[in-house]
Amino acid sequence: MGPYLLQRLVLLVPTLIGVTLVGFLIIHLAPGDPAELRAAGGLGGAREATVSRDKRGVIDDALAQWRAQYGLDKPLYVQYAIWLKNLFTLNFGDSFKDNQSVWSKILERIPVTVKLNLWSLLVVYLVAIPLGIYSATHVNSLGDQATTLAAFVLFAVPLVWAATMAIVFICGGDFYYLFPPGGLESLDYTENWPIWRKFTDHAWHLFLPVVLLSYDGFAGMSRYMRASMLDVLGQDYVQVARAKGLPEKVVILKHVLRNSLIPQVTILASILPALIGGSVIIETIFSIPGLGQLGFESVLARDYPTVLALFTVSAVLTLIGILISDLLLAAVDPRIAFGRRQQ
Amino acid sequence: MSPTELNAASVKSADAEVPLVVAEAVGGLWSDVWRRFRRNRIALTGFYVVCCLAFVALFADLLANDKPYYLEYRGKTYFPIFRSFIVSVRLGQWPPELLNVEFKKLEGARAAYPPIPYRSTNINLLEPLEPPSAKHWFGTDKLGRDIMAGMIYGSRVSLSIGFVAVGIAVIIGVVLGAIAGYFGSWVDLVISRVFEIMLSIPTFFLLITVAALLPPSIFLTMAIIGMTSWVGMARFTRNEFLRIRNLDYVTSAIALGVTDRKVMYKHILPNALAPVIVSVVLGIAGAILVESSLSFLGIGVPAELVTWGSILHEASTTTFAWWLAVFPGFAIFITVLAYYLVGEGLREVLDPRLRDLR
Repeated sequence: MGPYLLQRLVLLVPTLIGVTLVGFLIIHLAPGDPAELRAAGGLGGAREATVSRDKRGVIDDALAQWRAQYGLDKPLYVQYAIWLKNLFTLNFGDSFKDNQSVWSKILERIPVTVKLNLWSLLVVYLVAIPLGIYSATHVNSLGDQATTLAAFVLFAVPLVWAATMAIVFICGGDFYYLFPPGGLESLDYTENWPIWRKFTDHAWHLFLPVVLLSYDGFAGMSRYMRASMLDVLGQDYVQVARAKGLPEKVVILKHVLRNSLIPQVTILASILPALIGGSVIIETIFSIPGLGQLGFESVLARDYPTVLALFTVSAVLTLIGILISDLLLAAVDPRIAFGRRQQ
Repeated sequence: MSPTELNAASVKSADAEVPLVVAEAVGGLWSDVWRRFRRNRIALTGFYVVCCLAFVALFADLLANDKPYYLEYRGKTYFPIFRSFIVSVRLGQWPPELLNVEFKKLEGARAAYPPIPYRSTNINLLEPLEPPSAKHWFGTDKLGRDIMAGMIYGSRVSLSIGFVAVGIAVIIGVVLGAIAGYFGSWVDLVISRVFEIMLSIPTFFLLITVAALLPPSIFLTMAIIGMTSWVGMARFTRNEFLRIRNLDYVTSAIALGVTDRKVMYKHILPNALAPVIVSVVLGIAGAILVESSLSFLGIGVPAELVTWGSILHEASTTTFAWWLAVFPGFAIFITVLAYYLVGEGLREVLDPRLRDLR
């Protein structure tokens, strides 16, 4: 396994360089100048028309100086080379917005997003697998048809709609106040609260974001689970297990379930990026201070270093997700040898 | 049970009505596809919904307009909506007495208005945030714009973004996938690397970055969505080409000296089309979803353009105005659901091997 892992890790490098190159070019070639934007903010929005000619010269000097400070005056390939060199020491530079180190800004926000996504992942698997088992063992029954329909409908519900409906109808507003409209803890939250109170407060705040982040995941995954269960149920060894008189429960839980879980491992790789993308919307709506919110704010502020750093971090997470699911797949399924797996 | 028996059994259980031996196709593949597609009632319903939406988008000007169909004014008759079509393609001009007038304020005029006598752009600051009523079926937004009109014109934005974005994705995806699958060896290796890079790029983050950095424009939004969503299609196409490339009939075509382009276009592509068509239909739904998320975040399309997502965006800040949340979101939901149903129906009809994939 060692050499295989090494080979995979080495192969990650060119992909990662390709990804960052695409991100770098897109961000730097897009129209709009972060220096101008910053200057406009500093001058209280004064535009060229309101600034006299000699003052304009002063401003231009200041802009040039600022560009030089952040290396924006160098040719693009030099900028990229410098950025890449710094990447190897995990130095993403300083934010254009507040001059803080980008890496510390990201580290500050990682726990929130990871918490949100881990809970969602847990919900996805906890809901989808029992539903899938039920559907597959009761094929074409009323319950199976109902879950199929429900999964299908749920899959088509747009996240932005579900979230808006939740905000309008059950988060205060003019209707019901079942859940808080935003944030991660109550306003009067203190460290002195007993542990159960902290926990319930957290759960109360996380409930809606987690459900909204995970519903289309479990809708899709319960379908996959059903399909792979049906696939395994048709295998000869299941017939054998039944023929030798094993109770149906043992056949399902011991012989069928384990093998039909194998494909679900790979789906981890495709759920992870979707969750990260989904957190942008959820974190923005529920004002949760995670990576998604940071990303959206930085994009709007043209904070190039932060945007690029987040871009890189989520690409790395995605690549690691793919790698982990490949390794897990090979670990749980002896038929798949390391290094011989085709996509 | 032998594998063939197993296959037969699974076909039978999936749809008892589908005959195992398909009668010889009369009039080619497409009439056969349509004949079998029609049997699936749910998919057929989805198809009708898609047709209705296309109708609404196409005839939005006739369904919701601040100009009357028919106007009798000072002894003359006019057809202002049709006149506005003629003016917009520069074949004629407004008569001077109707130039820049407000039709609803003309004195002594007799007029027949469309069912929704507003356009999505009609601002009326005297009626902000009105709840649904007989006058405004789905209420108004904070600028007093009619939501029903906004939704009718919004369907135009959604559908055109869906179609154009997927069109772009199909062109890139099929061309790259076909080249990679057909030529194989190092060409495949290089192009597959590109796929891998595209797969690891956080697509949604890339989307919001590009949409926020570029000036707001509906065409740019279409292009961005198209250029970030072709990978799935390219991989499908590559795998199909790789499979079909090694079939005997292709080998004999190549041996007969048929040019590469002709083999790819005439001999392989028609057989590789099934998964592409399914992913086109599902891709349209995906593009509509992405567009609504972008307009919800307030980026992508220009602020003055009313789309389903932009109404939802307003709803999330004006939480008492429930009508802003319910109707446009439901429209996105129904549209996406209809495309999914059609896609699933087509999948079953076109390619039984793909039945259980999503």
